[in-house]
Amino acid sequence: MTQALPKIPGTTPFDGDQARKGYRLNKMCYSFNSAANRAEFLADEEAYMRKYGLNEQHKAAIRSRCVLDLIAAGGNAYYLAKFAGIFGLDMQDIGAQQTGLSKSEFQAKLRAAAN
Amino acid sequence: MARLIGGLGTSHIPAIGGAIHKGLQQEPYWKPFFDGFPPVRAWLSRVKPDVVVIFYNDHGLNFFLDKMPTFAVGAAEQYDNADEGWGIPTLPPFKGELDLSWHIINTVTEQDFDLVTCQEMLVDHACTLPLKLFWPEGECPVSVVPVCINTVQFPLPSAKRVYALGKAVGEAIHTWDSDKRVVVVASGGLSHQLDGERAGFINKEFDLKFINSLLTNPEWATQFSIHDLVEKTGTQGVELLMWLAMRAALTTNSANIRKVHGNYHIPISNTATGLLALEATAYSPVN
Repeated sequence: MTQALPKIPGTTPFDGDQARKGYRLNKMCYSFNSAANRAEFLADEEAYMRKYGLNEQHKAAIRSRCVLDLIAAGGNAYYLAKFAGIFGLDMQDIGAQQTGLSKSEFQAKLRAAAN
Repeated sequence: MARLIGGLGTSHIPAIGGAIHKGLQQEPYWKPFFDGFPPVRAWLSRVKPDVVVIFYNDHGLNFFLDKMPTFAVGAAEQYDNADEGWGIPTLPPFKGELDLSWHIINTVTEQDFDLVTCQEMLVDHACTLPLKLFWPEGECPVSVVPVCINTVQFPLPSAKRVYALGKAVGEAIHTWDSDKRVVVVASGGLSHQLDGERAGFINKEFDLKFINSLLTNPEWATQFSIHDLVEKTGTQGVELLMWLAMRAALTTNSANIRKVHGNYHIPISNTATGLLALEATAYSPVN
């Protein structure tokens, strides 16, 4: 019997529920390890999403480029990073987007953790 | 028998690969991170290890969610790096150490660990970048046994279980019939979180306690559940499990340790970075 653990604010552990919900989305993002697949996605996103059998929630999240929506759709940070990489976004861009900060504000927040 | 001469821990961040490639080591952003390494390299050039056993976590290069092992040990002649999707230059292949791979697989399985064995295994930045940081020049001089620990999909192995694994791997190294010198490496952490509204979470106080515990009380972190560790260190901060495995390996053969060098810097990317080199004091380097 798994006990419900207290929620950690702003945190969605990638557990079995998330893994089930996001399998196809994550599988598509995993495919972006290959440059040919990245090019194929960029050439026709909708066709590429159909090829991987994404559901409407997955597709809407991909179209929105919104990382929080992608997580809500079952996306895992490591595979989503490969999706973000297609657009040249780094982890600080992604962090800024999720926290509603500008990149420089997000960087300042990180630096402040050193104090 | 083989000699386990020490342990190393370092953070791994994909951007480090880009910084090495572009030669940015002395830029203000990177300098506090890279400047930690020369004393460790000096130690390595003195003790001259032949083999590295590296505890790391794959980030979706070799393993996908279709098959997600909790503990996977490489048993390949060679480990290739490959494109992870971000355009970081791919590093040349690393040499395997088949005899030690199978000795670890056999002896650790006898101690009731159920391992996945991999005769083909791509290694991602978490395995390759520490080797490049410790041996930046030319071909990597050590052969490698990669030990991959799942931090992608929960449930993750507990800190207590990972500690026991590290100890079993350390014992396996000590009973390996070889005259080779081995170091254990931990790749990961320290506190960081990439995903969710809590992205950017860093916990310096906990990190420093954790690093200190490795010197004074190595089992300290085994008191925490994975949920505790996520709360205290972030969703990716749980990679400190690798450090725990490395340190546990050094508790074997009644070894004491001496701190060679350490470094801690915030931030690189979204991560609090750590570096630690420990020498097993039972080992005397031959000069």
